[in-house]
Amino acid sequence: MKKRGIGISCNTHPAGLKGGGDPSQALIRVKLDGTLDLVIGAVDIGQGCKTILRQIAAEELSVPLEAITLSNFDTDIGLMCTGTFASRVTFIDGNAVIRAARDLKDKIKRFVGSQLGVEPEQLEMADNRVFVRDNPEKGMSMAAIGAAANWGGAILVGTGAFTPGAGQDFDPETGKMTAIASLAFGACVAEVEVDTETGVVDVLKLVQVYEIGRAINPLLCKGQINGGSMMGISFALTENLFPYYPAVDFAPETFSDYILTTAADMPKEMIYDIVEVPHPNGPYGAKGFSEMTASAAPPAILSAIHDAIGVWITDYPATPEVILRALEAKSTS
Amino acid sequence: MTEYVGKPIPRYDGIGHVTGRTTFVDDIHLPGMLYIKVLLSPVHKGIIRHLDVSAAERMPGVAGVITAKDVPGKNAYGLIPDQPVFTPEHIRYKGERIAAVAAVDEDTAMEALEKIKLEIEEQTPVFDPFEAMQPDAPLVRPEGNVWVFNSGTTRKIRLGDVEEGFKQADYIIEGTYTNSTNDHAPMEPQVSVAYIDETDRLAIHTVSQDLYFHLGMLSAIFNLPMNKIRYIGGTVGGGFGAKNDIHCDHVAGLMALKIRKPVKYRLTRHEEMLYTTKRGPWTFEFKDGVKKDGRIVARKVRTIHDTGAYSGMGPYVVDKNAILVAGPFAIPNIWIDGICVYTNKPPASSMRGFGIINGTSAEQLQMNRIAEAIGMDPWEIRFINAWRDGDIGATQFTVVAAGLIEAMKRAAELAGVELPERLKAMSSRGR
Repeated sequence: MKKRGIGISCNTHPAGLKGGGDPSQALIRVKLDGTLDLVIGAVDIGQGCKTILRQIAAEELSVPLEAITLSNFDTDIGLMCTGTFASRVTFIDGNAVIRAARDLKDKIKRFVGSQLGVEPEQLEMADNRVFVRDNPEKGMSMAAIGAAANWGGAILVGTGAFTPGAGQDFDPETGKMTAIASLAFGACVAEVEVDTETGVVDVLKLVQVYEIGRAINPLLCKGQINGGSMMGISFALTENLFPYYPAVDFAPETFSDYILTTAADMPKEMIYDIVEVPHPNGPYGAKGFSEMTASAAPPAILSAIHDAIGVWITDYPATPEVILRALEAKSTS
Repeated sequence: MTEYVGKPIPRYDGIGHVTGRTTFVDDIHLPGMLYIKVLLSPVHKGIIRHLDVSAAERMPGVAGVITAKDVPGKNAYGLIPDQPVFTPEHIRYKGERIAAVAAVDEDTAMEALEKIKLEIEEQTPVFDPFEAMQPDAPLVRPEGNVWVFNSGTTRKIRLGDVEEGFKQADYIIEGTYTNSTNDHAPMEPQVSVAYIDETDRLAIHTVSQDLYFHLGMLSAIFNLPMNKIRYIGGTVGGGFGAKNDIHCDHVAGLMALKIRKPVKYRLTRHEEMLYTTKRGPWTFEFKDGVKKDGRIVARKVRTIHDTGAYSGMGPYVVDKNAILVAGPFAIPNIWIDGICVYTNKPPASSMRGFGIINGTSAEQLQMNRIAEAIGMDPWEIRFINAWRDGDIGATQFTVVAAGLIEAMKRAAELAGVELPERLKAMSSRGR
């Protein structure tokens, strides 16, 4: 028999290392033709930090996205970054890029001011050029600035670093440790169908909403939600390296017995949205959120199973074997 | 108004990735490059009594063999550096590295591994963390099987007075939850390419998620200053935390330093699944005191994390879990004890959701069981207890820019759930 059920969950996730103390750096330089090199230290593991850090730099400097080349490829050139983990790169490297861009903007204005004989405070930067606020015709394009600076013996480089705060340890008695860079939030509704003959659970629908301060790139947020949900579904239902834990026997060795959710297993209905409560310290209000997309679905799915068949699976994943044993225990008790 | 921020801009390197133009580490082929395979412990626990690699060294096609003796610096790495690159003596999990061979191809390297003479005195392993915590349990580590925090053998979080909270409660609800061990399964397995470059520096192409974090560890292992290592990376084919730990760079780097030829070391999917760091299992024991109106007045949680044979990020993840395991709720009395236990399994370390997915799953199941036990709607109990701006978390941090209520309202709307007006009127801006 196939039985359906609905379950809900909510969650939160911090950005950055526990206790803080995890800085990142950024650098931007002007090339000869006014295009820009953005140098960071964060690794792109597929989440898209190369994309969003360029977006932030282009926004701050009012230059076209295409004008910015991003480099992060080695420790000779790439800058210090604590690492790509803990949903920290948007928040922390994003702030470092903002600081580098603002530093560069100041330097460009000072350079252009000296070229045009005006005070830097009178200058504006917009549309890929720098001009006198009260006389917009008077100004220099980024191409002209790049040529004049580099061939004129100057160098225009902006640098920025950001740390969410000095590292803290726990108080040994109370556990007090007040540092937290940002907290994002989520809510999830899952609908499942449980086959009581085979024990197979099918996730029919996932509704997820994440409050992430500001979505710097909604397309990449969607990617995180899709990918995180896949991981969350198999965390709840299939993935187990030690199926008879704590025993280590019968450990899977390939993807034919270590079962990951695939695109084919995704719920037919994937509904999501983002809401935004800007964080005062986040870049454009953004919070770190990527990891939490894996955490919301599992308890909602496991609760939906309870709604469907009346048993709480408290030792998960809820594999077909676990479901059938739980149903058997329920019928004999 | 913003021009780029907030816009669905396609990935900078997306087309390169999906058309195969991106050069990932395994795409690198250097002239004369040799291939590494590593002899892994076949037993879960034991002592190496005899190790003789001479026959492997003499085999045609073999360029070099390395063991613990070939580590010029510190033969230990990790966030808490206690895992050897090659174990000199003690074996603590099945799959622990003992020796590495570089040969003209992987098949020859595999054959050479067969020629290594290895005698291990097998010992009784312990796999169950509850058993490992007992005083008479076999020792996984010489210093004991339970990590010692600055607060003792448990990470202690104490807010308010939990026993007083239980006294005020109308209901006491208990629940125990256990989650499994997980593999990151990134599309790109662990791999490293190392060589001595034109300036006589050690160059390593890495899949690391954290170049500077690992550069420090490698610098200590190789006994080289950071500027003598050119660590090349930045683009990774999926990490999910698997690449927060070094799995190949130390072995490849040591081999390149010894034989001064380019080498590649890559794990098979089988090796990656069984013998690298994992999302380790946890058990959560919840005891909650709840009022009739749905307010949670006391929450006591004991967490037991099975971190495997080395520290990895085990103690760290117990800490991180402890900060948020009580959930995004304003609870005046919180008591948490987090325990990190060693067993003879591959080291647990970071994986997406790092301690939070584990805690959230248990805590949210518990919330739904509380709702069932007191006969309250599961949305309502969450709205009543949800953090508002200025609320205090378990470790006494202040909640800033709270957004849980807003997320839940929108989720209910999208799910077609009609919330009562009193819940719809709520906001994270105040109570």
